[in-house]
Amino acid sequence: MLLASGSGHSAGPLDLADIAASLYFNVLEHVDPKKPHNQMRDRLYVSCGHTAPVWYAALARAGFFPVEELKTLRKLGSRLQGHLDRGTVPGVESTAASLGQGLSIACGSAFAARLDGARYHTYCVMSDGEQDEGSTWEAVMFAGHYRLQQLTAIIDRNNIQIEGMTEDIMQLEPLRERYEAFGWHVLEIDGHNFEHIIDACREAKAIVERPVCIIAHTIAGKGVDFMEGDYRWHGNPPGTVETERSPVKDAQGDAALKQLRTLAGKIENMDL
Amino acid sequence: MLRMTNRSAHLKRTTLNKDIELVATRDGFGIGLVELGEKNNQVVVLCGDLADSTRAAKFREKFPRRFIEMGIQEQNMANVAVGLALAGKIPFVSTYAVFTPGRNWDQIRISGAYNKANVKYAGAHAGISVGPDGATHQALEDIALMRVLPCMTVLVPCDAEETRKVVHVAASVQGPVYFRFGRTATPAFTTTDTPFNIGKAQVFRDGSDVAIIGAGPIVHTALAAADRLIEQDISCRVINNPSVKPLDEETIERAARECGAVVTCEEHQCAGGMGSAVAEFLAQTFPVPQIFIGMRDSFGESGQPEELLKKYRMDTDAIVAAVRQIVKKKRR
Repeated sequence: MLLASGSGHSAGPLDLADIAASLYFNVLEHVDPKKPHNQMRDRLYVSCGHTAPVWYAALARAGFFPVEELKTLRKLGSRLQGHLDRGTVPGVESTAASLGQGLSIACGSAFAARLDGARYHTYCVMSDGEQDEGSTWEAVMFAGHYRLQQLTAIIDRNNIQIEGMTEDIMQLEPLRERYEAFGWHVLEIDGHNFEHIIDACREAKAIVERPVCIIAHTIAGKGVDFMEGDYRWHGNPPGTVETERSPVKDAQGDAALKQLRTLAGKIENMDL
Repeated sequence: MLRMTNRSAHLKRTTLNKDIELVATRDGFGIGLVELGEKNNQVVVLCGDLADSTRAAKFREKFPRRFIEMGIQEQNMANVAVGLALAGKIPFVSTYAVFTPGRNWDQIRISGAYNKANVKYAGAHAGISVGPDGATHQALEDIALMRVLPCMTVLVPCDAEETRKVVHVAASVQGPVYFRFGRTATPAFTTTDTPFNIGKAQVFRDGSDVAIIGAGPIVHTALAAADRLIEQDISCRVINNPSVKPLDEETIERAARECGAVVTCEEHQCAGGMGSAVAEFLAQTFPVPQIFIGMRDSFGESGQPEELLKKYRMDTDAIVAAVRQIVKKKRR
């Protein structure tokens, strides 16, 4: 998708792939492409709209629209916009792009469920960078104050943002303690371990009287060795920048695809 | 005595009497919310620690479960409302207009308007007539901020009764709606029979020399000005134009064609307000000379409402002077 579009974000979508797969193929209940507006469905609000590629990919694989459409990402006339867009393809709960907005929307969703006595659960996936935003903390305070137990936030703690490491740009730590001080129950997991992700989401639903924050520790650019842990791949697709660890630009696309499709060489048959 | 008013506008006979009843438009907001809450249990009201002042407290007394105290969190409030709307609620976001849309315009732009979320934004304390609180609290830019957003409806009621109607109409349409109202008591001159529809302006007074197009309580000032001008043989058509977006293009174009000159008036910056919406439209259809009554690229200050309206040229004298000036500029 990123190669075909020639622009977009690489690191976040790659490191969120395990979380996206866990949510769409295990955690989310009543999320059904045949009934995308089912009132009973769990709601997933993605706050970091720049990670659109991984969510569009997950929705396509879950059957919300044809997989072939993924290569139209960011192209004129496409239903797949550069940042997540509600109303074009089914399954996207809200438009997102300007950071620090999704948690507030998720709070409204969880509050509505409480008013209606509905049982659906609301999830919000945030980047760690958007913890810089004051509006994020307004929502964190609100959810704690109203004890929104039907709300679970998942933070993609990949330690990078567009221009550097999160702790260099604007210190987030101690992130766990900050959430706890606002009245949240916090779980910390390996964001690349399916069992951890799924178990944490189950545990979150069992916690009453408090919203739950899952800090998912991830490796930015997971699965592509020359991207892993390097903030310079936050906002760029393969073939656009050269680093001391990367192949030359023209070779980056093939190298990234090969690593991803073979799980770094573990699978020999690349046609899988 | 009320002369030459359009009967179908159903204005009070006492409209131009000195003892006309004064009611703040915000009181119409509170009454409208309570009526709506009784009719529709999907209506919820969010408030940023200003419920008494905005009159959202009326709703809080009646429907405490559906009233959400947001604290002083305007950004969060705008998007909690989006989450509620996407779940099927009809949320009213209520605070001062300097904060909504002043403090949360990005949230309104992306998550409200672009999302086409069914959120109703109520901007209280609009205009210079906020008075003693001063420039920081006098919203004079909110119409411009909301009018430029695609998908957004923008309504500016002229008195408490029209504000009450706006609350009902806003809830009856799907999609984001912004409306503004004021703090101070102003003439209550329309009636339950006065028509109000989105996309419609009403001719409150017939006339043929100049069209005075107003939005907000200043429409009453325009009627007073027209009443004075007829004694100088200048016949003014006074148009109440609460639907800033979508604009009633038919009524406005007809006024330009038949009167040949326009004076717009509002408690807002001349730049980007209702007058600008009228000018943008007429420039492309039937351009006529226009004078803008409003704030001329400055901030307000503390003072009594009537003192401020006089100083900043938004009172009867100012409208009379503008009409006399534009009559001379008319195309012959």
